[in-house]
Amino acid sequence: MTVMQIVFLITAVVTLFAAFRVVTTPNMVHAALWLIVTLFGAAVFYALLQANFLAVAQVVVYIGAIAILMMFVIMLTRREMRDRGPQTGKQWPWAAVIAAAFFGGLVWLGQQAALPAAPKADVPKDSIAQLGQALVSPNGFVIPFEVASVLLLAALIGAVYLAWTRHQS
Amino acid sequence: MIPLNWYLLVSAALFALGLFGVLSRKNAVAILMGVELMLNAVNINLLAFWRYRAPTEATGLAFAVIVFAVAAAEVAVGLALFIAVYRRFKSVAADEINLLKW
Repeated sequence: MTVMQIVFLITAVVTLFAAFRVVTTPNMVHAALWLIVTLFGAAVFYALLQANFLAVAQVVVYIGAIAILMMFVIMLTRREMRDRGPQTGKQWPWAAVIAAAFFGGLVWLGQQAALPAAPKADVPKDSIAQLGQALVSPNGFVIPFEVASVLLLAALIGAVYLAWTRHQS
Repeated sequence: MIPLNWYLLVSAALFALGLFGVLSRKNAVAILMGVELMLNAVNINLLAFWRYRAPTEATGLAFAVIVFAVAAAEVAVGLALFIAVYRRFKSVAADEINLLKW
């Protein structure tokens, strides 16, 4: 047991418990708060994998923008201050069966493959610089990068259009 | 060092929990939260394979960055849709939005 493994196990337990609460708690505001814990756990995994830029981007983009946006929408779309009654539909046992079967299938698939126990090489010191150059170089990912920016622009305009209040005279 | 299959197990469990949330929840925002859990599981998987298989290349990181951008766009449009739906139905419960159900 190394320190890394202990950190990994603690993070895994916290992340999975928080994810479980996200999908089971009846109170939507609590679900959003548990979602923030889960996203933070994912950021810890990225840091353990030495994807430093992605760990920071996870905190800034997911926790700072997406989770807070969800919190706003939860508060804008409530009929009462408290959610009453069960928040899961009557199909939830089937959902549990499908999710458990899916998990079992993934575990079975993982057993079949020969997976490495340790990485082949170290992450280079300038991996963030490499990523930045790959995203704008014509030999790298400049086309997906530009498509993603057009997608974000379209999502921005679409979101404003959809949420626009039309005043009918 | 942490074996690769630990990461795969955690992300599989996270994906299954997200799938359960998408299939079982009534509130549309909660369904979107399940989708977010699944996207995060996929990203953990991508970065784990990047770290263990090809850490000297930026391909895995670039893939994860694109997943981030798509997730942000999806959440923005989804939440705007829920606000529009809420204006029309005064509810975002998925079983009450049944205008097209015959």
